[in-house]
Amino acid sequence: MELILSAAIGVLSASGIWLLLRPRTFQVIIGLALLSYAVNLFIFSMGRLTVGVPPIMPKGGFVDPTRYADPLPQALVLTAIVISFATTALFLVVMMASRGMTGTDHVDGKDKD
Amino acid sequence: MIAAQHLVIAPVIIPFIAGALTLLYDERQRRAKLGVSLVSTVLLLVVSIELMSRTKGAGLTGQGGEIAFYLLGDWTAPFGITLVLDRLAAMMLMLVALLAIPALIYSAAGWHKQGQHFHALFQFLLMGLNGAFLTGDLFNLFVFFEVLLAASYGLVLHGSGQVRVRNGLHYIAINLAASLLFLIGVSMIYGVTGTLNMAHLSKLVALLPESELPLFRTGAALLGLAFLVKAGIWPLSFWLPGTYMAASAPAAAMFAMMTKVGIYVILRLSMLTFGVAAGPSAGFGAEVLVAAGIATVIFGVLGTLASQGLGRMTAYQVLVSSGTLLTVIGLALMGGGEKMLGGALFYLVSSTLATGALFLLIEPMSRGEGGIAAILALTADAYGLDQPEDDGAPEMGLAIPATLTVLGLSFAACLLVLAGLPPLSGFIGKVAILSGLLHNPALPPMLGWGFLALLVFAGFATLIGLVRIGIQTFWAAEGPPPKVLALEFAPVLMLIAMICLMTLKGQDTLRYMEDTAQSLLNPAIYANGVLTAPSVEEEAARQEEGTAQ
Repeated sequence: MELILSAAIGVLSASGIWLLLRPRTFQVIIGLALLSYAVNLFIFSMGRLTVGVPPIMPKGGFVDPTRYADPLPQALVLTAIVISFATTALFLVVMMASRGMTGTDHVDGKDKD
Repeated sequence: MIAAQHLVIAPVIIPFIAGALTLLYDERQRRAKLGVSLVSTVLLLVVSIELMSRTKGAGLTGQGGEIAFYLLGDWTAPFGITLVLDRLAAMMLMLVALLAIPALIYSAAGWHKQGQHFHALFQFLLMGLNGAFLTGDLFNLFVFFEVLLAASYGLVLHGSGQVRVRNGLHYIAINLAASLLFLIGVSMIYGVTGTLNMAHLSKLVALLPESELPLFRTGAALLGLAFLVKAGIWPLSFWLPGTYMAASAPAAAMFAMMTKVGIYVILRLSMLTFGVAAGPSAGFGAEVLVAAGIATVIFGVLGTLASQGLGRMTAYQVLVSSGTLLTVIGLALMGGGEKMLGGALFYLVSSTLATGALFLLIEPMSRGEGGIAAILALTADAYGLDQPEDDGAPEMGLAIPATLTVLGLSFAACLLVLAGLPPLSGFIGKVAILSGLLHNPALPPMLGWGFLALLVFAGFATLIGLVRIGIQTFWAAEGPPPKVLALEFAPVLMLIAMICLMTLKGQDTLRYMEDTAQSLLNPAIYANGVLTAPSVEEEAARQEEGTAQ
């Protein structure tokens, strides 16, 4: 499972970075989206990989922490998803405005001559 | 007393409520929006003065740095979210409020009519800034950063136009990428140490096993990279001049503060995690900070000399100030001592105020169709840039007499501060940094003298660059002097008055800064303070015990 997850993060971030460096705004935004998926998976994996264990511990008594998943990265990833979704949406609006004003989808507002 | 305790969170709550309130008003009711906004910023100033006077107390740990806390939900650190108010945070809160009031007054002269929701975005920016200064928790720092960035995306586009949208696009893309780096860094640090609380972190760093150190340092470096992008360090700063130049004047003035947020976080985190108490990690990244900071100063200086417009020049001045501060932080990590760091904090405040004032001066100065406009058009042609859009001068309001004199004097004051010439505060800051540096035996003297030469060179180049613009505007100007409104002048004069006050009260200000630096250099004050902060329940129980006895 570690291998699959790390491969997924690696492929996502590699394609994200490549797209981010492309000259078209659409490529940039897709690149940012892919990168944020990679980052979200990465945050998630920082709580150690476990299968089929609950993140919430029962109240009182002795609790064996190895039988529970770490809830904090799950909470963090939720926040990160919401924030990156919102900022990507905002970026999309700016991108459309730029497309409308300059008539091109190049990130510098004009195509190379 | 309950109200007094809750004051620590007020700098976050006040702009939040004010921002939400301004959204309720229609765009046509600008007076009401402006009123709400002004009340909020003045309140912020009052609160920040009160908070600052609280941190000046005798000190919890006897080291001169008292800390106030606010435990959200009454969970004690490191489990809950903590807001921490120490001297540095109080100083930054005050600086934000001092810069926000003039920027807001300036916007009332016309800028706030140029687009939608200016006041709401402005308030949310303040909320993000204040939150970032107060938080004691890495993930909350991320959230507040996103709040301030989201507001700044709106503000950068305020007034619209092709140049703004294009530069805004770059700005947003860079910052989104930097935010992702931030998240990677935070989660790596959490993965290694299991905590996000800064105070707890500073305790744990020294105890990390050897095998975990590379991972922790990678995380810290990625996190630092995210803030360095915001601070505009050299190879990552090419977005900055264009964006700052394109932004509307009041927004640009607030942006002078935004690079300082990056610097604040670098200062706070590197002192907490890589300070003297960090064991094997002590001083991590110091060389990088010094080298990149020096490169940033050089880049900023070259940019200042090369640019033809005041806007671009001011943006490069922001870089010079960033570079200087980053270098000093690096030197402090190497053992630079509190005198130098105190001087740097003094320099931070005065250069922020001066660049803010200069950003507000750009528009009135270039309104007269004098030398600058012509040269700007010429450069724009040469570089194939689009003509900056004419945003239309404000039409109503009281114009002031003797425009050129007042403009010229204000410009000269900013110039003196930025170039670091006596008698104003820029000089005091630079002298304090350098004398602290040169009298410190812990650092190699070559480094000190090299930095001295660099700062003198930077000041000289700033002088040449700005004086050139000044001559074109004030001496070689043709035609009648520009018409400038009192509403546009008042904020600039306010900022300059603050700089003068800082200069006159230089001794006291510098002492405060040195105490701040001292508490920064003793991360144990912060860490122990936060970790032992009692919850309200515990406090109540203790008081009951006390009365029972």
